[in-house]
Amino acid sequence: MAGIPHDHYEPNSKAEKWLHKRLPIAGLLYDTLMIPTPKNLNWMWIWGIVLTFCLVMQIVTGIVLVMHYTPHVDNAFASIEHIMRNVNGGDMLRYLHMNGASLFFVAVYAHIFRGLYYGSYKAPREITWIIGMLIYLLMMGTAFMGYVLPWGQMSFWGATVITGLFGAIPGIGEPIQTWLLGGPAVDNATLNRFFSLHYLLPFVIAGLVAVHIWAFHTTGNNNPTGVEVRRTSKEEAEKDTVPFWPYFVIKDLFALGLIMVVFFAIVGFMPNYLGHPDNYIEANALQTPAHIVPEWYFLPFYAILRAITFDILFLDAKFLGVLAMFGAIAVMALAPWLDTSSVRSGRYRPMFKWWFLLLVVDFFVLMWAGAMPAEGLVPTISLIGTVYWFAYFLFILPLLGVIEKPLPRPATIEEDFDHHYPAKSKSAGTTPDATPAE
Amino acid sequence: MLKKLSLATLLVAGLATGATAAGKGGHVENIDFSFDGPFGTYDENQLQRGLKIYTEICSGCHGLKYVPMRTLTGEGGPNLPDNQMKAYVEQFPVNDEGANMHLYNAELDELRPLVPTDNFPAVDSLGAPDLSLMAKARAGFHGPYGLGINQFFKGMGGPEYITALLTGYTGEEKEEAGVTLYENTAFPGGWISMAPPLWGDDVEFEDGHSTDLHHLSEDVSAFLMWTAEPKLASRKQAGFIAVFFLGVLTVLLYLTNKRIWAPIKRKEA
Repeated sequence: MAGIPHDHYEPNSKAEKWLHKRLPIAGLLYDTLMIPTPKNLNWMWIWGIVLTFCLVMQIVTGIVLVMHYTPHVDNAFASIEHIMRNVNGGDMLRYLHMNGASLFFVAVYAHIFRGLYYGSYKAPREITWIIGMLIYLLMMGTAFMGYVLPWGQMSFWGATVITGLFGAIPGIGEPIQTWLLGGPAVDNATLNRFFSLHYLLPFVIAGLVAVHIWAFHTTGNNNPTGVEVRRTSKEEAEKDTVPFWPYFVIKDLFALGLIMVVFFAIVGFMPNYLGHPDNYIEANALQTPAHIVPEWYFLPFYAILRAITFDILFLDAKFLGVLAMFGAIAVMALAPWLDTSSVRSGRYRPMFKWWFLLLVVDFFVLMWAGAMPAEGLVPTISLIGTVYWFAYFLFILPLLGVIEKPLPRPATIEEDFDHHYPAKSKSAGTTPDATPAE
Repeated sequence: MLKKLSLATLLVAGLATGATAAGKGGHVENIDFSFDGPFGTYDENQLQRGLKIYTEICSGCHGLKYVPMRTLTGEGGPNLPDNQMKAYVEQFPVNDEGANMHLYNAELDELRPLVPTDNFPAVDSLGAPDLSLMAKARAGFHGPYGLGINQFFKGMGGPEYITALLTGYTGEEKEEAGVTLYENTAFPGGWISMAPPLWGDDVEFEDGHSTDLHHLSEDVSAFLMWTAEPKLASRKQAGFIAVFFLGVLTVLLYLTNKRIWAPIKRKEA
C-alpha cells in the first residue's frame, strides 16, 4: 500500500490462491500488518493504538450499557442507578465507559500534540491531519452527548449551556437551537436525539479511523526526524524501516499495557475522581447549579469560549466567544498551510521548540482557567491564553518558517537510528584481543 | 520533551477535574473511614449502626429510592442475615403516595406490603432530598488552587461533608420568609433549612457503641456512602486483580519487546 518498496503478499496454498483471486483480503491484511515502519519511532507514536483500543472499548461497553439504559427524562437517571446496582458487573461497565472517555481524550491530545511537534501534518500528510481533526470534532460531539444521557444536573445544564451557544448566532441562531433541541428547551426530545446520535457517531468515527489509517499508510508514517523513508530501492527502504509486525505491535502493546494499569487503577480505586459530584443529582430544570463546568477535556476550549467578554462592532461577546471556540480548532486544522517551515520535525527547529512548549503550557493554563469561576484574574488569564493560541497558529507558525535557521538534520532515518544505537564498534568483534598472547 | 508531555497530560487530566468542583463550602475535616484508600472496605457493624440511625431518624423526611432493600444482605454491605432483612422490610413504614404510587393498588384500594426486591420508599412530600446518592453528590474537598490535589489524596469527601454538616450546627437560628434557617458551618452559604437532626444519644446500640453526636454522624455518613456506592468492595477487588494481571502482562510485553528489538538495536538479547 505505502509507496515504500516492500515484499507483498503471495498466496501459497491452493485455498489461499482461490480466495486471493476472488477477494484479496488476506493480502490487504498482510500489507497492513507488515507495512514498513520507520524504525526510529519514539514513545509518542504509541497513541494511535491506545486510541483504537479506546474506540473499541467504548463501543463494546456502550452497546452493553444500552441494553439496560432507558432514554426517557423520567427514567434515565433511575436506569443508570439500576445499572449500578442491579445489573451484573454494571457498575464496572459504566465506570469503564465513563473513564474510558477520559482516557480517549488523554490519548487524543497526546496524539495531536505529537503531530504538532513533529510536523506530522505537513505535506504529504495533510489529509491524514484533516481526517484526524474531523475525528476529534466527532469525538467531542459524541462525548458531549454521552454526558447528557445520565440526566444528572451537569448533564442537563451542560446541554443547556452548549446548545445555547448556537442560539448566539445572529439572526438564525434561535431556530437552529430549537431544531437541535427538538423544542424550546432541553427536554425528552433532546435526550432522545442525543441518545440516537451518541450511538451513531462512534461508528462514523470508526469509518473515519479506517480512512485516517489508509491515508497515512499511503504516505508512510512520519517519524521523529521528519526525514522520509528512502524509497529508491527495497534495500535502502529496509535500512530505514522494520515491519509493523512484530516490532511495533509488541512495542505498542507494551505501552498500552502500562496505560491500562493506570487506567484500571483509576476505574477500580477512584472512578469518580474525574467526574463532577453534581451529576449524581437528578436533572432539575428549576435549580441551576452554582457553577456549571464541562468535563475536563473540554475545559481549554470552554475557557476560550468564556474569554471574550466584550462586543466588537455589531457582534456581541457571546457570539464572538462561540466563533473563538470553533476558530481555535479551525486554526489547528489549518496548520498544514499555516506552517511555512520546510523542516518537518521540531527537533531541528531551535526557535519553534520554545513556541511549541509555550503552546502546551498555554493548553494546560486554559484547561485550568476553564475550570475556575470566571472572576478575579481568571478572565484575563483566559484572554491571554486565547490570544496566544491564535497567535501561535496564525502568526508564529508562518513567521518562524521565514526567520528560523534550522539545525542540520540526519540524511536518513538509518543515520538517526544508528546515532541512538551505534553499531558495535569495530573493537566489538575484537574484544578477545584484550587478552592477547598469554 | 514529548515523553514528559504524555505523562503531564495524564496528570493534568486528574488535576483539572478536581477544580471543577470549586464551589464554595464550609470547612470539612478529613475522617479516616474504613472504606478510604485502594484497599478500604465498609465496616459492616458501622453500616448496621448507620442503618439504625437512618431508620429511626433520617427516614422520617428522607427517602432512599434508588436502594433495593435486598442489598442489605450480602458481603460488602451491612450484611444483615436474611431473616433480619425480611423483618426489616416488613416493619418499614410504607409511604404510599406521591413517589411511591407503585406500591399502592388503586383497584383494590389497599397498600401492598414491601418485599425485599423493592427499593427503600421515596419521601418527596417534605422537600427533603433523597439520600441514596448524597455521599457521591457532594464534594468535601477542593483545591488547592483548583488543582484537585486534595481530592486525589483524601478522596472526594462526600461522607466527610455529611459528617461535617451533621456536626456543624452552631445553635443560631433566623427566620426568612417564614422559614426557620439554622446556622451550619459546613453548609454552603452558612444557613440550612434542616433542623439539627442529631444531638447525641438519639439511638441506642445493643453492642453499647458510643452514641455521641460525632460517632452517630460518622456512622450514618458511612451508611450513606454505602447506599451511594454499594459495590465499592467488589469494584476495588476487580481493580486490584486487573492492575495485578495487567502489570504481569506488561512486564512480559516489556521483556518480549526488549528481546525482539535487540538485534535491530544491536544489543544483547
